[in-house]
Amino acid sequence: MKKVKNCIFAVLFAGTLCAQLPEIAYDSVPNLLKLPEHTYLGEVAGVATNSKGNILVYTRTGEVATAGASRIFTHGGSRLFEFSPGGAYIREIGTGIYGFQFGQAVNVDAQDNIWVVDRGSDMVIKFDPSGRQVMNLSRKPESVTLEGRGPGGGGRGRGATGVGIAGDNFNRPTGVAFDAAGNIFVSDGYANARVAKMDKDGKFLKSWGSKGAGQGQFDMPNSIAVDAAGNVYVADLGNKRIQVFDNDGNFKTQYANVGSPWAVCISPGAHQYLFSSNSNATDSMDNGEIYKMELDGKVLGKFGKAGKGLKEFGTVNQIDCRNPNGLFVAEITNWRVQKLNLH
Amino acid sequence: MPIGTKRRGLLLYTVPEIQMRKIQTCCTVLGACLLAASPQFAQTHARANAPEIPFDSVPNFLKLPPDLYLGEGIGVATNSKGHIFVYTRSQHTRLFEFDATGKYIGEIGEGLYGFAFAHAVRVDPQDNIWVVDEGSNMVIKFNPAGQVVMLMGRRPEPIDAGLGLVPPAPGSNPQPYVFDRPTDVAWDAAGDIFVSDGYGNSRVVKYDRNGKFIAAVGTKGNGKLQLNLPHTLAADAKGNVYVGDRSNARIQVFDNDLAFKASYDNVGAPWAVCITPGPHQYIYSSNSFPDSNNSELIPTSGEIYKMELDGTVLGKFGHPGKKLGEFSTVHEIDCRTPDQIMISEITAWRVQKIVLHPGVKK
Repeated sequence: MKKVKNCIFAVLFAGTLCAQLPEIAYDSVPNLLKLPEHTYLGEVAGVATNSKGNILVYTRTGEVATAGASRIFTHGGSRLFEFSPGGAYIREIGTGIYGFQFGQAVNVDAQDNIWVVDRGSDMVIKFDPSGRQVMNLSRKPESVTLEGRGPGGGGRGRGATGVGIAGDNFNRPTGVAFDAAGNIFVSDGYANARVAKMDKDGKFLKSWGSKGAGQGQFDMPNSIAVDAAGNVYVADLGNKRIQVFDNDGNFKTQYANVGSPWAVCISPGAHQYLFSSNSNATDSMDNGEIYKMELDGKVLGKFGKAGKGLKEFGTVNQIDCRNPNGLFVAEITNWRVQKLNLH
Repeated sequence: MPIGTKRRGLLLYTVPEIQMRKIQTCCTVLGACLLAASPQFAQTHARANAPEIPFDSVPNFLKLPPDLYLGEGIGVATNSKGHIFVYTRSQHTRLFEFDATGKYIGEIGEGLYGFAFAHAVRVDPQDNIWVVDEGSNMVIKFNPAGQVVMLMGRRPEPIDAGLGLVPPAPGSNPQPYVFDRPTDVAWDAAGDIFVSDGYGNSRVVKYDRNGKFIAAVGTKGNGKLQLNLPHTLAADAKGNVYVGDRSNARIQVFDNDLAFKASYDNVGAPWAVCITPGPHQYIYSSNSFPDSNNSELIPTSGEIYKMELDGTVLGKFGHPGKKLGEFSTVHEIDCRTPDQIMISEITAWRVQKIVLHPGVKK
């Protein structure tokens, strides 16, 4: 019956989904991450695994100060934790580092380097597998504002609105991905609306996109993934579509039948799959399902819905799909990571 | 009007036999009772005539380690073992746990993302600990082990807009899942959740036990179905919800579906309400001395009322002051044990354990 309903819905609104929308059965591992005493996750913006299966979690833990009668709260502060494949706590990386302000994503590259994307500091920061910081993209704006002389150095919003400047100068970046040659792609982001491409050494190559709804334009590109052929998949959240570009940024196609893509992930291996989360907005309990697709956009199935219980999702912001049948999801509003075993 | 029936507005209350004597003391003639229908009169009347309940405050009750201090005593609650949870505004907002004797056990939620500006802590029948944070706009549920298990509302993002939640402007249509300076949380027997929300919004919201929105009541104002600073709330065993409508100086009672039932306007400004468990439930309500410390208000505030669920005032106790046994802006009451209540005080930075002696003549 459910399939029939989906079918009718699909015929009305999407057409291509009919008869192709099975529910994928899945479990969620209870009590996955074991945190040390006095350590808590905040909003979990990012999750990724490395080649050993260790779980990296980038979370908005915040630092709060209250200032007397004026009741001013200052916010900021994010933390990066590493857990074993079974969820045992291993370590914290980058404790108190300058660029951890408002976590957005974490990724692990083919050499097990760890990359974080911070939407507050506007930076993408590369750590080597030992946890040492080894490369920065973009710069955190200076925190001082000189009276009568505008903001300090490194201010945001330079270049044409939404396009930015030709360089690694990001404005609310959201995601990072790599092609087989090690080129770096950054979805940038909430204020800029573009994709920036750098070589493996961080040298800026090009960027494409501007704010809008046309082909090659973006409205809150929230996540990015690259397939083995080097094609770039951008979760164009505000436009409710996944846009696909070739390695040089030429528009190839778009998939507009999977809701608002907050998080996309492409699994490795000979047969790659594309996962995309139609996450509930942070002030809603609607939607929330995750789609499993072929790279060509064909939807294979979906699972999950918004909610606060185990197996339910609270604004999934990142998916790790190193194992396509053992996903990790980072949830903003539920402050947790779930490991989902798909059947 | 039959004897034993008290008229308040359009609502009739049948007063139990045992209360008859008190009412007769209050209203020596029936005419005085009818006069009491005027809110102004009722308020003065209850304050002036409610019997004083003798009480003691336990000295040096909470024992903190040498390097720990309470800040403003914002929230206090006990669990089924008598453990005491204190939610306090110190340099950071913090949640401490003490055993039933006041011995320090530990801290919960140290540095938590949702701890910004404490407002209330409550413990549900399963001993889960819930805090309401006015700064982060969140209600946070911890299991008895101190792990975060459910979240409601969302702390506004610290950086500019994006998908960040900005609470709607006061007076606009509030969103189901966005709080604006919420103040308190309560549950009915089914586990449905009630949130008073709050300083920004002026409503009470009902969610199911899984946090799914069911209904809301209240807009800002002093009329029917209106609230002006819903500051505290509690539910009785039947699922009725008692809302401390602080700036309107009334407790409003709503049924489980948030339909209006009654209003009690004779107990001052209810800063904190608590309903005792057990077969005979009582309401405690604090007409707290305002945190402005305006000494002109000392004669007309500071007392806590003990009431029947129907609003009958049984007695009152306490007055403003800084000494032990005096009250410095009571902000939350725990009344799991009806004659041994815990109160947290904003301006005195403390929690007092108050032992009532209701049978003793003062």
